[in-house]
Amino acid sequence: MGIWIEENAKVLVQGITGKQGMFHADKMVEYGTQIVGGCTPGKGGQTVELQGKDFPVWHSMFEAIEATDADATVIYVPPPFAGEAIMEAADAFDQIKGEGVVVCITEGIPTLDMVKAVAFVENRPGVRLIGPNCPGIITPGENGGAKIGIMPGHIHAKGRIGIVSKSGTLTYEAVAQTMSIGEGQSTCVGIGGDPVNGTGFIDCLAAFEADSQTEAIVMIGEIGGNAEQEAAAWAKENVSKPIVGFVAGATAPPGKRMGHAGAIISGGKGTAEEKFAAFEAAGIACAKDPSELGAVLLEALKKAGLRNE
Amino acid sequence: MNIHEYQGKALFKAHGVKVLDGVHCTNVADALQAYDALQSKVVAVKSQIHAGGRGKGNLYCPNTGNLLMEGGVKIAFSREDVETYATNILGHVLVTKQTGEEGKLVNHLYVESGCDIAHEYYLALLVDREEKSVLIMASTEGGMDIEEVAEETPELLHKVNVDPNAGLMGYQVRDLGLALGLSGAAHKSFAKMLRSLYGLFVQEDCAMVEINPLVRTGDDEMVALDAKVSFDENAEFRHKNWEDLRDLSEEEDVEIRAKETGLSYVKLDGNIGCLVNGAGLAMATMDVIKLYGGEPANFLDVGGGANEEQVKTAFSIILEDPNVKGILVNIFGGIMRCDIIARGVIAATEALDLNVPLVVRLAGTNVDEGKAILAASTLNIHPADDLADGAQKIVQLIGGEA
Repeated sequence: MGIWIEENAKVLVQGITGKQGMFHADKMVEYGTQIVGGCTPGKGGQTVELQGKDFPVWHSMFEAIEATDADATVIYVPPPFAGEAIMEAADAFDQIKGEGVVVCITEGIPTLDMVKAVAFVENRPGVRLIGPNCPGIITPGENGGAKIGIMPGHIHAKGRIGIVSKSGTLTYEAVAQTMSIGEGQSTCVGIGGDPVNGTGFIDCLAAFEADSQTEAIVMIGEIGGNAEQEAAAWAKENVSKPIVGFVAGATAPPGKRMGHAGAIISGGKGTAEEKFAAFEAAGIACAKDPSELGAVLLEALKKAGLRNE
Repeated sequence: MNIHEYQGKALFKAHGVKVLDGVHCTNVADALQAYDALQSKVVAVKSQIHAGGRGKGNLYCPNTGNLLMEGGVKIAFSREDVETYATNILGHVLVTKQTGEEGKLVNHLYVESGCDIAHEYYLALLVDREEKSVLIMASTEGGMDIEEVAEETPELLHKVNVDPNAGLMGYQVRDLGLALGLSGAAHKSFAKMLRSLYGLFVQEDCAMVEINPLVRTGDDEMVALDAKVSFDENAEFRHKNWEDLRDLSEEEDVEIRAKETGLSYVKLDGNIGCLVNGAGLAMATMDVIKLYGGEPANFLDVGGGANEEQVKTAFSIILEDPNVKGILVNIFGGIMRCDIIARGVIAATEALDLNVPLVVRLAGTNVDEGKAILAASTLNIHPADDLADGAQKIVQLIGGEA
């Protein structure tokens, strides 16, 4: 199981002929992701070699989905064209299948392009957007699995912990922490560090709550906005599974953007302190240091009767 | 990216948003000429810096530190007034509640005609992260600190979210005008202004447009008396003119250089430099340093695929800060391989003749090769197993408590 992406999901790559797209498509095939081809306007009919095998390239997402019956797509298109790539994928999935998962890795998309793209996707309720500016989504399998994005596949293993995070490398840190206590992951979702994005914390929490494979959740936030506070309040009412949390940016100065476009404390709002307090008020077990996430998770699992040693 | 008021007003004018006549000046002679040209009984002499609270700020001499004048925005009733104010402002340091104690050197001045003010309002457009749309906020409480208004009298702050599919609707403009108590000519003037501002916001890829105060004049015209405009940096590729609007003296020189090499750097006040891959992990690294009794000297994200050269640049940028007494490198290799980072760290420490303690924590792809490379080096590099271990080690090495 896992959420949204099955281990054997069929995946397309938008921007597959570009440097980034080709590099990561190769890594995904290596991991065991079922890549079924890619899309680059103007390069339809060509093929791309990944791990010694040829993969077809289409001009458009309509052609690509018609031909492959893909379940998901991952976007490595440069920022000026990424907003439109999201909408093309959403439109094609909606018209052909009525559903699909669009994962956008691209960093640096103009915010107003995302405002438009997110509204476009929300008008197509069967389509889910993950990202942009994120590491992607991974559902590890017994042998390989579905890695859709840029995360290092080899650090993951199939298991029962769901992970959701705004940050890339901090998600890897969380994955390593689950592994350090002998736990694997059901699905890990990077929702991205941009101010306007698709899937949010609450979507992930709801899906993890409903997923039979997931038994506990790790939620990693960062400064800026109030998505973490809203998610915590929602979780208190709606999530029965144990949640462990961390928020990055306790030492970030106000008014300064910390790398991610959305990571900024503005008007004194969106501080780590505020977010930790919201987590604690919702009964989420917090780690003040990401190296302690494993220990805090272990405690939470024991408390919930999910581990006994 | 922020721009000055005078630049914002030029943009307003180009988009049909009513502003008063004004002249941008960089010296006192120009300011006097501007006064003559404007033919206005009273003029406003306004310091141009990228920070709010100018009116209530104070001007100091950068050499002696002496207070020269209270108020960075002055109303002049004569040519002599203009001369006095311009002289006190230009080349001096303006300290406001937003600039910090060090203040900002004022190189630009805006001399603007006066007007007959019947009432002051507040108007702002920004991107609402939660609603994922453009938010318009307006209030009858102009000229005030809007965060205070939101806190104390939220019913006086009126909000409208623009549906990205539909755009700004006529009823939204009307409702907002009514909420501000506007009628007749003033309401019509407000509606025209708001439509122009929304068009400007979208076309120019703004992150925020704030007018405080927006005024209704004696003859019921709505005029933007201030203009605070900031752009969404991600959209720079489609706005070639931004380069001319950028005032580099308002930005940290080292932050600009870091950006040029693909690094994201923010200077802080502590003494432990950090070099990390990924923004979230970089923030977490700073937090953990603090947790173990140290103070981070910077935020530095080398990105997902840094090469040896970028690692070297990152080190040299960290070391420019004389406060740095030690460095913590924290890399979780994904795409980035730990062996490459290890080689980069060794090359950089040799090239830069590093003489402060260095703790390196590596994890992820090719971590064993990376650790072996560091262990084989004769350089004084302290390896760490995890983030907590790394933070404790660097704090101890520089003589902190942990």
